[in-house]
Amino acid sequence: MWAEFIRRAIMQGIPLLFGSTGEIITEKSGNLNLGIPGIMYVGGIGGVIGAFLYEQNTTELNPFLAVFIPLLCSILCSLIMGLIYCFLTVSLRANQNVTGLAMTTFGVGIGNFFGGSLVKLAGSDVPSINLTATSSYFRTSLPFAEDLGWFGQIFLSHSFLAYLAIITAIVASFVLTKTRTGLNLRAVGENPATADAAGIRVEKYKYLATCIGSIIAGLGGLYYVMDYANGVWSNDGFGDRGWLAIALVIFAIWRPNLSILGSILFGGLYIVHNYIPNLDVSGQELFKMLPYVVTILFLVITSIGKKRNAQPPASLGLPYFREDR
Amino acid sequence: MQMADTGKKIKEPLFHIVRRDNIVWWKAWIIRLLAILAALVFCGIVSFLLTKENPLRIYSVMFDGAFGTKRRVWSLAQNVAMLLCVSVAVAPAFKMRFWNVGGEGQVLAGGLASAACMILFGDSLPSAVLLIVMLIASILAGAIWAVIPAIFRARWNTNETLFTLMMNYIAIQLVSFFAYKWSVPKGSGQVGIINRTSHAGWLPVIGDMEYLLNIIIVLVLTVIMYVYLKYSKQGYEIAVVGESEKTAKYIGISVRKVILRTMIISGAICGLAGLLLVAGTDHTISRETAAGRGFTAIMVTWMAKFNPFFMVLTSLLIVFLEKGATEISTAFELNESFSEIITGIIIFFIIGCEFFIQYRVVFREKEAA
Amino acid sequence: MQASQNNEVYAIRLEGISKRFGNKIANDNVDLNVKHGQILAILGENGSGKTTLMNVIAGIYFPDHGKIFVDGKEVVMKSPKEAIKYGIGMIHQHFKLVDVFSAAENIMLGLEEKEKYSIKRCEKRVSEIANQYGFEIDPSRKIYEMSVSEKQTVEIIKVLYRNANILILDEPTAVLAPQETEKLFDVLRKMRDDGKAIIIITHKLHEVLSLSDQVAVLCKGKYIGTVNTAETNEAKLTEMMVGKKVTLNIDRPEPINRKPRLELSHVSCVNREGTKILNDVSFTAYSGEILGIAGIAGSGQRELLESIAGLQKPEGEILYIDPETGKTEDLRSKTPMQIREKGISLSFIPEDRLGMGLVGNMDIVDNVMLRSYRKGRPFLLDRNNPKKLAEKIIEDLEVVTPGVSTPIRSLSGGNVQKVLVGREIASAPTVLMSAYPVRGLDINSSYMIYHLLNKQKENGCAVIYVGEDLDVLLALADRILVICAGSVSGIFDARTTTKEEIGLKMIQNKHQRGSDANG
Repeated sequence: MWAEFIRRAIMQGIPLLFGSTGEIITEKSGNLNLGIPGIMYVGGIGGVIGAFLYEQNTTELNPFLAVFIPLLCSILCSLIMGLIYCFLTVSLRANQNVTGLAMTTFGVGIGNFFGGSLVKLAGSDVPSINLTATSSYFRTSLPFAEDLGWFGQIFLSHSFLAYLAIITAIVASFVLTKTRTGLNLRAVGENPATADAAGIRVEKYKYLATCIGSIIAGLGGLYYVMDYANGVWSNDGFGDRGWLAIALVIFAIWRPNLSILGSILFGGLYIVHNYIPNLDVSGQELFKMLPYVVTILFLVITSIGKKRNAQPPASLGLPYFREDR
Repeated sequence: MQMADTGKKIKEPLFHIVRRDNIVWWKAWIIRLLAILAALVFCGIVSFLLTKENPLRIYSVMFDGAFGTKRRVWSLAQNVAMLLCVSVAVAPAFKMRFWNVGGEGQVLAGGLASAACMILFGDSLPSAVLLIVMLIASILAGAIWAVIPAIFRARWNTNETLFTLMMNYIAIQLVSFFAYKWSVPKGSGQVGIINRTSHAGWLPVIGDMEYLLNIIIVLVLTVIMYVYLKYSKQGYEIAVVGESEKTAKYIGISVRKVILRTMIISGAICGLAGLLLVAGTDHTISRETAAGRGFTAIMVTWMAKFNPFFMVLTSLLIVFLEKGATEISTAFELNESFSEIITGIIIFFIIGCEFFIQYRVVFREKEAA
Repeated sequence: MQASQNNEVYAIRLEGISKRFGNKIANDNVDLNVKHGQILAILGENGSGKTTLMNVIAGIYFPDHGKIFVDGKEVVMKSPKEAIKYGIGMIHQHFKLVDVFSAAENIMLGLEEKEKYSIKRCEKRVSEIANQYGFEIDPSRKIYEMSVSEKQTVEIIKVLYRNANILILDEPTAVLAPQETEKLFDVLRKMRDDGKAIIIITHKLHEVLSLSDQVAVLCKGKYIGTVNTAETNEAKLTEMMVGKKVTLNIDRPEPINRKPRLELSHVSCVNREGTKILNDVSFTAYSGEILGIAGIAGSGQRELLESIAGLQKPEGEILYIDPETGKTEDLRSKTPMQIREKGISLSFIPEDRLGMGLVGNMDIVDNVMLRSYRKGRPFLLDRNNPKKLAEKIIEDLEVVTPGVSTPIRSLSGGNVQKVLVGREIASAPTVLMSAYPVRGLDINSSYMIYHLLNKQKENGCAVIYVGEDLDVLLALADRILVICAGSVSGIFDARTTTKEEIGLKMIQNKHQRGSDANG
């Protein structure tokens, strides 16, 4: 049962890991993107639309295309969201919080709108879209997972997107701490005026980081639909996971590698109520607030401790205009 | 002017951006109106692409959806009032540059408190006393929900955006918890209409105009908030703290005290909004009671530049879009989430246009001088 | 003036550079030349547009008009990136460093090298450069652990690391102790001998004369001219700077009814990082006199005034003696509110006018109201009396403004300061503290401020004046207190002391001289 619990926790954690890795990269450029929940919806629906159209227009699914088309659609949709956010906050210097919240409204709207429209197109009886065929390709796990007992169950039974999430987080960590690009990016988030004076193109970095972050976060939505939900899209099904991803950023003190462990922990906290015997439904709801409580505690502890390397990027949320004095 | 060798042509950037000093107020409003117009045209195009209908007809449907019947106007007014109430609540916090994105949770906390009173004391307390207890409980609950992040921000400079955001979900889960505890029938997770027969704890209906009391209360609150922010000493302190904490300290304003006081007020009004929703309109409580108003209010407040009277207009605009787009979606058989998309687009245009009010784009001069 | 046809190749040549901020003209048609192997000093009073001009060269500000030539070729500085590409490196007065990064990381910032990214290699090269020019630096230390002079070293190495051939230094000596300044000048001379072109901003004449080859003078945004340092002297330079020879005609009425008003004993204060900013400061300020405070920037002047005003938490004793009752009151650790509640009228004109003394986005009435808004009816504001006061200030102090409801931010520097001073003296203070009150002001406005301070002195107020211009201090103040690295290094009678004596005390300290005096 423990192995199953951990496996489920990881599956719950993967969308959060995508979301938080994306948000960390974004925040490192000084952009506090509160549109991540919306972007994750859009990433999910993008994949659904791609898969739906492909399934409708072909009789025999090609395994490569069945994965590639939804993936590409998801990436494109999230990218557009990232570009909208950047254009408003970086080029037009609109307030980041307001823009982000509007992005979330917009993104959730897009997700539910197209989700609902596809349901109508598919003419199904239940208010959801079933893409089990595509999903089965997404969910292909490593071949010997079943032969290795608990080890296989915990570590090998996942799909390629799950491993991609972990690899992305590790790569992001490496890029942020060990490369020139990462150094420049962190400088942009800490002190854009300094970065600018050092010849770093602040706007370019902000755009790139935010768009890449959006794409990564969008993959979280895709994973949720294709893997976790077995290819079934239902409106509002993704729930508040986007906000949990933002909470996870704080918990991981802006480090993607810590976010891997954090996401599993959050995933575990999110489902732990299912594993507690004799817990009634209302008690389950109380347990669901655990990740948020933990995040607040962490936020409070880090701010009281004032540890220099556990603080948000110094210019987080602030617009930058070179000629401001 | 004896310019020496010009050499080969040098590429000057196509344009660069200059901060405006001060813009005449009517110019600013023309820019805003143009933005809304552009947004409407853009939304028209989007609607056209999705419905293949004449955009003008789409707008007339929208208008019809919002103002078509007396009932619709009334429901519109009710919704505007509730959104306005939350907007008025978060306005002082934003004016202080305190990012209270926890309106949703504060409203729910207030709503939960009044629902609790209705359920627990519905049979035991006389109606008037019950209403007073509910009022106190909801205001307290909202204020407490708001003051917790404020304490940490004031004392340890804890990031309030993230803190208030997290508080929302704790409130939502708390409501879920009680929704199961109180659910009728047991285990359904739905509280159902509270005190359906006795109407204990329901706000009184003036004449036969349901919601009228809500609307009046919110309008009074709006006027009070306008006066508070503009003409009161506390409002002045909020403005000073928002503009520059350094100046506030220099002048002897206790920044911590102002932060705490303002957030208590902000939370208290959110709590009151919760009461109005639970006791005045819904007569039940659920995770959806606040219906995202805590977040929408932020955009309403921001677009209105913290001015409560402009907030009437901006919340009307948002609610109009929601209602109108819902009507479009039924009329043209679209999904009801269409309204969220339209709202998103309009807000993008409005917050984007502020750029042209604050900055000027200077294009490359064409071989002058 | 050099003709623009001059065929000699200049490292930097500016032609007709103009830059406005809103309705403020910072640079008006400025020309400038500097050759390789030459140090050009830019001289000008505060607010004469030196920093703006340098920011234009460094690509931070985009000029409204004018041309920039680097090594004889016209260039367009779209951003700092271009400037760096052309070998221009600027050391800003407010350092452009990322606090949470190490020195090496800051130096690596924005570099586009072909080699693999390696902090180790960078640290090695930093050490090499440091050895070459005689710096001491630990490349792996974080910036927030460093003192001001160490930070400056990082900035200079950063520029050298990029092989900059044209160096711009914006008031590098303002934060340095004299020995550190000498060391810096040695480095700069060495760089000049290596063939680099160096532009240094300063308004200290003796530094200009000892270091530079040429001096360019700016005045109120306009270019006055360039002279060879060898052919000039202090008097000629000052004449260029202010238009006429400085014969400071500041009144100094004799103090009347001089009585102790403020007694500080053993006041010490630490900053947020735990560094001692004020160290055992004791002195007395008297009514009816102006006490001048001299010292290099960041020696603790700000903290001293803020301690008295109730904005710091110092140790020691700050006694206020009431002029009427003679009763004493310890102001230490009282908040500005509590001080006012005691009925003590203490006015403070801070250095940071728009960031601290005023609110830029509020109009004149609301700014004038800052001190007095609590008065009058309960709860609601009274804007009538502040409006009258605002109108009076505008009239009496000749504030140029479209009206009382103009946001203060859109006024020019001198007018902003007049509003601030007007508000502070309106409450008939018994103690008036002012920090650099004439910084960036034109001559007329400056004289008006001197006159207002003298008026307060005659009214029996104890005036404390923190200044940077020793000539002004000597002419205006009755006594001059010299502060050095947080300690009082001497108090002199302004009527008998000399500039040299004060200058010496500014760099000498009875306590050990720590390099930890940062601001």
